[in-house]
Amino acid sequence: MRGFVTLLARNRLALVGLIVIGCVALLALITPLLPLANPNVIDTPNRFQPPFSAGAVLGTDHLGRDLLSRLLWGTRLSLAMGLAAAMIAATIGSAIGIIAGYYGGRTDNVIMRGVDMLMGFPYILLALAIVAALGPGLMNALIAVAAVNVPFFARNIRGITVGIAHKEFVDAARLSGMRNREIILSEVLPNVLPVIVIAMSTTVGWMILETAGLSFLGLGSQPPQADLGSMLGEARSALITHPHTSIVPGAMILVIVMGINLLGDGVRDALDPRLKSGALSRPMPATTVDRHGPVPVAQTDSLLDIAGLRTEFRVRDRVYKAVGGVDLHVERGECLGIIGESGSGKSVTALSVMGLVASPPGVITGGAVHFDGTDLIGAPYEVLRALRGRRVAYIFQDPLATLHPLYRVGDQLIEAIQTHDPLSKEAARTRAIDLLKSVRIPNAESRIDSYPYEMSGGMRQRVGIAMALANDPDVIIADEPTTALDVTVQAQILSVLSDLRRARGLAIIFITHDFGVVGQLCDRVAVMYAGQIVEEGPTEAVLRNPHHPYTSRLIDCVPTLGGGQRKLAAIPGLPPVVDRLPVGCAFAERCDKAEPACRADAIALMPTGAGRKTRCLFPETKQERIV
Amino acid sequence: MTGYILKRLVSAIPVLLGISVIVFLIMAMIPGDPATAILGSYATPENVEKLNRDLGLDQGLVPRYFIWLGHMVQGDFGRSFALNRPVLDEVLDRFGATLILAGTSFVLCSLLGVAAGVVSAARQYGWADKAITFVVLLGISIPSFFLGMMMILIFAVQLRWFPVSGMWPIYGDRTVWVLLNHLFMPALALAVVATGVIARLARSAMLEVLRQDFIRTARAKGVRERRVIWRHALRAAMVSIIPVLGIQAGFVLSGAVYIEMVFQWPGVGRMLVDAILKRDILLVQGGVVFIAACYVMFNIMVDVAQAMLDPRIKT
Repeated sequence: MRGFVTLLARNRLALVGLIVIGCVALLALITPLLPLANPNVIDTPNRFQPPFSAGAVLGTDHLGRDLLSRLLWGTRLSLAMGLAAAMIAATIGSAIGIIAGYYGGRTDNVIMRGVDMLMGFPYILLALAIVAALGPGLMNALIAVAAVNVPFFARNIRGITVGIAHKEFVDAARLSGMRNREIILSEVLPNVLPVIVIAMSTTVGWMILETAGLSFLGLGSQPPQADLGSMLGEARSALITHPHTSIVPGAMILVIVMGINLLGDGVRDALDPRLKSGALSRPMPATTVDRHGPVPVAQTDSLLDIAGLRTEFRVRDRVYKAVGGVDLHVERGECLGIIGESGSGKSVTALSVMGLVASPPGVITGGAVHFDGTDLIGAPYEVLRALRGRRVAYIFQDPLATLHPLYRVGDQLIEAIQTHDPLSKEAARTRAIDLLKSVRIPNAESRIDSYPYEMSGGMRQRVGIAMALANDPDVIIADEPTTALDVTVQAQILSVLSDLRRARGLAIIFITHDFGVVGQLCDRVAVMYAGQIVEEGPTEAVLRNPHHPYTSRLIDCVPTLGGGQRKLAAIPGLPPVVDRLPVGCAFAERCDKAEPACRADAIALMPTGAGRKTRCLFPETKQERIV
Repeated sequence: MTGYILKRLVSAIPVLLGISVIVFLIMAMIPGDPATAILGSYATPENVEKLNRDLGLDQGLVPRYFIWLGHMVQGDFGRSFALNRPVLDEVLDRFGATLILAGTSFVLCSLLGVAAGVVSAARQYGWADKAITFVVLLGISIPSFFLGMMMILIFAVQLRWFPVSGMWPIYGDRTVWVLLNHLFMPALALAVVATGVIARLARSAMLEVLRQDFIRTARAKGVRERRVIWRHALRAAMVSIIPVLGIQAGFVLSGAVYIEMVFQWPGVGRMLVDAILKRDILLVQGGVVFIAACYVMFNIMVDVAQAMLDPRIKT
C-alpha cells in the first residue's frame, strides 16, 4: 500500500489531478458557507453582464442570475450526481457480479447473458430510453446513468470473484459450515472491495459527463435548479452573443473530468506492476550504444571479429552485465559454436552484432564488432539495416513466435528478398519457392501459401532458415535454432544447415547449450559463463580434453547413449547473478578446485595449447576422455 | 467466408430479441396508463380503449411482449401522436442524416486514433508521444457538446470558415461540397472522444506487439523501420484494436445525440430528444430499437473484418 502511494505521488500528473479534484471538491463542499448571491434570484435588467463586472465576478446569465454562484452550486450538484450514480452503479453492479461469479453455473450464465445484451446497446441510447420511460428529471437522469453503468461493474467484479471463489480460504470457509451469504460477506467482499473502489474512481468522470450530458439535453435537472450540464444547455441559445455564459460551465466540466482522468490514470499506472519494471517499453530499431574509452582494434583479419564486447541491461537503478568483454572471431565458411547455460550471455553476444538487443533496457557499453573491416558498434542505423539479412542473417529459437502470425510464410520470404533486392513480385516468389526447396520443404509450391500456425515446428524452422538464406548472406547467426524442436527434427535441421554451409561457403555462429549439436556441426567452440568466454578451441580438442573446470563439468552433464549407469553430474549451485558479479573467477563458487587466488582478481583468457585459450588459473590436466 | 457471415447473422437473432426485451421492459416502466402515455393527454377515451385492445395492454406482461414483437417484426412501429405519421417513416427519414454524421465521425476517429496511437508508440517517451498523450487526455476529458459549441464560436463565428449549423443551407444547391462544409465541424466534434480512446488503446496494443519476437525477426531481415511499424506491428496490433473500434462505433452512434442538438443536425438523435420532451413514447421506442439493431449489424461487420484480418479465427 505504501509503495502504491509513493508511486502515485511520484506521478506528477496524477498529483496535479488530485490537487485539482481536491480543490473543486472542497469548493463544492463549502459553497453553502460562501458569501455568494442567491443562484436563483432573477434580475433581468442586469442580464448578460460580462465577467469582472461589479457585483458579479463571472458576470450574469440570460436571466441576470449571478454566474459564479450558479457555477459553484451547479458544480456541487454535478459532483453529487456523478458520485451518486457511481455509488449506485457500483453497488448494484458489484452485487450482480459477485453473485454471478460466486455461484457460477447457470446463475452465472443467465446473468452474464443479460449483461452482455445490455452492453451490446449503444450506451447513451439506453440512458435515453430509460429517461424517456421515466420522464425527464434529475432523479430519473441519475437512475438512467447508474443503470447503463451497472453492466460494466457486473462484468469486472464477476471476473475477480470467479478467481476468488476457487481459492483455498473460500473452500475452507465452506467446509467449516458457513453459509453462502456469510462467505460472500466475510470472505469474498473484502477481497473485491479494492477493485470496486478503483473501478469507481476510473468511471466517476464518465458519470459526471453523462449526467451533465442528459441535463444539457434538457432531460436532467429542471429549472430553476441547475447543474453544469443544464447551465450549458440554457446558455446555448446565447452562445454567439454572450459566449461567457457557455464557457464558464463548460470549462468547469472540462477541469473536473480532466482532473479525474489524470488521477485515474495515475492510480491505474501505480497498480499495473508491469509498468513498474519498465517492461512496457518498446525496443528501438537498433540497440543503444554508450561506448566509453578507446575502441578496440580488430585482433584478426577474419570476416567477423568481435573484440572486448560489453552489453548490459539497465533496469531502473540496476545494471545487469550480460556480456562482459567477449572476444570472438569467425572465418569465411567456418562454423563457430557458442555454448553455455541459459543466462550466460551467448544470445546477447549474438544479438549485439547487428544491434538487435532489445533497447531499452539493453545498452552496448564497449568493444567493437568488425565485419569485413568496418566497426558496426555505433554505426548509423541505415548502415546496420543494409547489412541485416543481406550479409549477416539470423535464425531464432522459437519459430512460432519469430514468424509473423498473420502473414503467409511466402509473403514473409518475399519481403526478405525484396528488402535488399528490387525484384518483381513474381521473380521473388520463384526465388522463395527455390529457397523452400533448398531447405527440403516438400510441396514448396503449395506450402508457400501457408500461414505459420498451419505448419509443424520443424517446417517453421526450415522457413526461418530459408528466410535467413534469402539474400545469400556471408554469416548466419543461429540462436538455439533447434532447442524448441524434438530430436529427430533437430537432426534434420542440423543436416540442412551443414549441407548449406558446405554448398554456399557460409560462416555460421551456432548458439546452443547442447554439446552433442556442437560436436556434429562446429569447427571451433567457445564456452561462455556469466558473460565471459571461459574456454575456446577446436571442437574436438575441447570435447576430448576440456581445460576449464566448467567445461569439464558441463560435458559431464551430457548423458551418453549406452553409457550405462554412470552417475550424471549436475553442477551444484547456480550461475552468479550478473548484476553482482564477483571480482575474480565467476565460477569459483561452484568449482571444487577453487583456491583463494581464484577469487582475488580478474583472470585473463590465456593460451593453453594449440589454438586453445582458457580463463583458469588451474586448468584441468585430466587425460583424454571419450565423448 | 460466406458461411461465417451467415453464421454471424443467425447468431444476431438472439441478440436482437434480447434488445427487444430490454426496450419492452424499459417501456413497461412508464408510470401511469400506457395508452394515455402513447396517445398523449388529449386522446379521446374511445381511442385509448381501442389502443388498449390492440396492444393487449389489459393482458399480462408476456402476452403483451409477443403482441408488441409481432407488430415490430411486421415493420409496424406505431404512429407518432406528435407528428401524426408512422414512426418508421420518420425514423428512416432522419436516419440518413445520422448515418452520414456518425459514419464520417467513425472513419475520422478510426484513422486519427490508430495513427496517433502508432506514432505515439513508435516514438515512446519522445516529444511526439508526449504531445499526443496530452491532446488525447484533453480530448477524452472535454464534453463533446461543449467542444462543439466552442468550435462554432471559433471556426464559424470568429473565423467564418464553416457554417454555424444545419446540414444544408436554407437556399442554394445541395452539392457534396456544401454537405462536406456543413459536416466537417460536427463530425470532428463527435469524433474527438472516440479518437482519444482509440489512440490510447492503439498505443498500448502497439507497445505490446513491438516487444514480440516477430518484430525482431523483421528487423533482423533488414526491413525498414517504417515498414516494421506500419505493416508488421500494426497488422498484429489491429487484432486487439478492431474490437474497440466496434465499441467506439456505438459511442459515436449514440453520442451523435449531443452533436445533433448543438449543430441542429436533422438526425435521429435530435428527433429522440424532441420526442422525449414531448413524451412521444412510440417515436422514442422506434428510434431506439432501430439504432440498436443497426449497431448489432455493425458489430457483425466488425467480427467479419476481424476474421478477414486474422487467419487463425476459424471461419
